[in-house]
Amino acid sequence: MREKILYLFGITAGFWLARNLYVILLGLPDEADQGAIYRILFFHLPGWFTSFLMFIGAGVASAFYLAKRDLKYDAFAVAATEVGLAYTCIGMATGMIWARIIWGIWWTWDPRLTWALITMLIYAGYLMLRKAIDEPSERAKNTAVMSIFSFAAVIITYKAIDWWRTQHPGPVLSFRSGGGRMDPRMESMIYVNWMPLLMLAIVFLLIRLRQEQTQREIESLRRYAHAR
Amino acid sequence: MNFLRQSLSVAAKDLRSEFRTKESINAAVSFAVVILLLFSFAMDPTSEMIAEMSGGLLWLVYSFAGALILNRSFARELPNDCLDALVASPLSGAALFLGKSLANYLLLFLLELLCLPVFAVFYNVTISRRLGWMMAVFALATWGLTVIGTVFSALTVNLRLRELMLPMLVYPMLIPALMAAMQLTTILIAGQPITGDDEIWLRLLIGFDIIFTSLALALIETVLIT
Repeated sequence: MREKILYLFGITAGFWLARNLYVILLGLPDEADQGAIYRILFFHLPGWFTSFLMFIGAGVASAFYLAKRDLKYDAFAVAATEVGLAYTCIGMATGMIWARIIWGIWWTWDPRLTWALITMLIYAGYLMLRKAIDEPSERAKNTAVMSIFSFAAVIITYKAIDWWRTQHPGPVLSFRSGGGRMDPRMESMIYVNWMPLLMLAIVFLLIRLRQEQTQREIESLRRYAHAR
Repeated sequence: MNFLRQSLSVAAKDLRSEFRTKESINAAVSFAVVILLLFSFAMDPTSEMIAEMSGGLLWLVYSFAGALILNRSFARELPNDCLDALVASPLSGAALFLGKSLANYLLLFLLELLCLPVFAVFYNVTISRRLGWMMAVFALATWGLTVIGTVFSALTVNLRLRELMLPMLVYPMLIPALMAAMQLTTILIAGQPITGDDEIWLRLLIGFDIIFTSLALALIETVLIT
């Protein structure tokens, strides 16, 4: 039953995404300065929103693990980090395609971009640290500490456009810039397109959580069989 | 007061055992000199360009060689189960961490002071123009390096791939501190004062130190107790 709901959720998100794509490509006009390529924004921003949200989730779950010592929080932290990393790749890829068209280069060592890359590397390091520790509770404890430290990179990436003069465009959304930087129809489309992407992320998260649980069950069964 | 005395005695113990064997400081200093030598092949060491990248070069050398010292910090306690004894002793985790950090800090600082003249001679760079400010920057950045390095040294101490994991986890984490230190050192070596726009680097460095020191002191207890 739970599985069916999950798949239904995922399929709904797929249809919603297709509908949004139609509106983005055919419903909305080209942007005045950038032309057609600005449409990538509808995936770039939601991609980063989702990845940051996942990293926040991972940090909170890690703190909960340290307080409660329940492995289900650890499972949530690793699931959220992996999904977050996947969405970071979406953000990176869309950003680089946009940069190739607008700036003429795939990559520049601008603070925002550099920090995004650092965040990616730190969370990749988190996953690598998980692989290096065999004992489950030791692994959960050490990676939880690492996750809390890592969260600093997310904050710096988010604030980089305020702290440095970046080549990356400054804030355009009204909750950061005070409004008026963007056509309201385009801005609302960002949020409308975020919803299905977020739904997909949650589906991935739950599937990944399920896998972690199964793995833990297998491990405990193996230990049980070993002890007999 | 008791807390401070406990950390000082841990630091004294670490420094004493280090200076009796000199195992990590010797390795770190010779490694730093080797890297300085290698850099001279990567670019022309006599060109004017060196002054513009001197801070970057210097801090790369320090962070590479520093990883050797930081790696040994907790690994040194592994034989004879010394780490378990330390954790079981009446010391609080924070006091142990602070003591270890102080010892690492002094060793790193010593490494930096030893390498600075070597760097100045090899690359024909004048370092004396704003030496006081430079030492202040060194003090702040080295503390950042030490805190992160010591925490991760504790995190990775029981791993098989310890020597590999530590640098891989520490360097990305250190980037804010290293970035600030590189910028500021370059400015100071050029003989310019730290003004207006560059103050953000100083603020970044201080903020980094405060945030990560408090995070480390809060979390170290959970890291150490298995």
